[in-house]
Amino acid sequence: MKFIPVTISLLEGFGVSCVIFFLTLVFSLPLGLIISFGSMSRFAPLRWLTRTFVWVIRGTPLMLQLMVVYYGPGLIFGAAAFPKLTAVLIAFVINYAAYFSEIYRSGIEGVPRGQYEAGQVLGMTKSQIFFRVTLLQVIKRIVPPMANEIITLVKDTSLARVIAVMEIIMVAGTFTAKGLIWPLFYAGLFYLAFCGILTLLFNYIERKLSYFRV
Amino acid sequence: MPVLEVKGLKKSFGPTAVLKGIDFSIEKGQALSIIGPSGSGKTTLLRCLNFLELADAGTISVNGKVIYRGGDMKKYSDAEIRKKRLHFGLVFQNFNLFPQYTALKNVTLAGEMLARERPDYRARKKEILEEIEENARALLDQVGLSDKLGFYPHQLSGGQQQRVAIARALALKPDILCFDEPTSALDPELTGEVLKVIRSLAEKNTTMVIVTHEMQFARDVSDIVLFMDGGVVIESGPPGQIFDNPRVTRTKQFLERYNGT
Repeated sequence: MKFIPVTISLLEGFGVSCVIFFLTLVFSLPLGLIISFGSMSRFAPLRWLTRTFVWVIRGTPLMLQLMVVYYGPGLIFGAAAFPKLTAVLIAFVINYAAYFSEIYRSGIEGVPRGQYEAGQVLGMTKSQIFFRVTLLQVIKRIVPPMANEIITLVKDTSLARVIAVMEIIMVAGTFTAKGLIWPLFYAGLFYLAFCGILTLLFNYIERKLSYFRV
Repeated sequence: MPVLEVKGLKKSFGPTAVLKGIDFSIEKGQALSIIGPSGSGKTTLLRCLNFLELADAGTISVNGKVIYRGGDMKKYSDAEIRKKRLHFGLVFQNFNLFPQYTALKNVTLAGEMLARERPDYRARKKEILEEIEENARALLDQVGLSDKLGFYPHQLSGGQQQRVAIARALALKPDILCFDEPTSALDPELTGEVLKVIRSLAEKNTTMVIVTHEMQFARDVSDIVLFMDGGVVIESGPPGQIFDNPRVTRTKQFLERYNGT
């Protein structure tokens, strides 16, 4: 009956969701690291600027940010709007980079001073201390909060529909408008499966790092 | 010629003067213990020797050569400070082993990093790494841990961790090995095994500077004892003098309180 065409449509929508998910990660993971350096900077103005930025981004809804990025250029500057998917990515990357930066910061600041000092008195260079001593400890510390945030991102991709990006929920909604409820549940299964895979992946990473304690 | 000579060392943190001009020297093969109440500047002194803090004034000389002059440090590059540090080893109060490495790797890591700077590293890489590992195995054997080479720090007791830390510091063959209250984080039973290792190092004439609250140990193991209070050296001399015939009232006071408890 309708199962096959619905499946195909939902898969297309899910493809869009996945594009948002992966591209957001690709850009926000490194950007978050840069922001975390800013919020740990010894130069106070940069530190406060960065922390204010993080406060604003974390303190307002992603949906609002998305609308500002999409409608803002046109309404404020009379400029052309970004293509929809670009607008989504800009808003998501900035938003998630702010969250990731705080996770990185907690991970980096969580490494005891003594670890750096032990490296120093053993004549190691700063980069050797970073790569050989602290990096893996930071990674171990941030895997659980990162997993949480990344799983939240999977579901946040559905916010793209507020500017009419045809992600999977919006596609499912078009069927519901025609009187079918099950495509909504069906769409939910896609999320469940995807988050399930991510959970397995993060559990695997945690297990791989369980041979030492920090 | 003393292996280490410290003259007029001063260090303040903001308005607080922690070291107010420290002088002492130590000959090769001697063990020097620093005793004194908490907050007297003992740990800061050790940290200055290891350049974890930079002294504001005074000089540090090793083997007759001034390697540090207070206020000068901005002139030195990171690489130079690194080189100066290698005259000293430091064993921390809370061990600071690298948790993601085995006991053996904790001991070899820094040596492997330093070996890369050797001109013959590329040509003799395998040999050099084998030497480093051989040396590390011997050191871990010396501290009684030859059966724990593959253990990670969390699998070791505090006493065992501290012994790995001692082996790690020895691996770079420092001129002077410093201990910052090496047994303060350990219970009495584990304290004994760590003190035993330090004692055996003293018997092998390892040059050591030991900050400790273990008075009996300081008396047994040291050639010189330094009593510090309020950022100055109140009294120094052979253990017999300091412990049995202190010349300064403050020293007597401090030691009486210790014996009382």
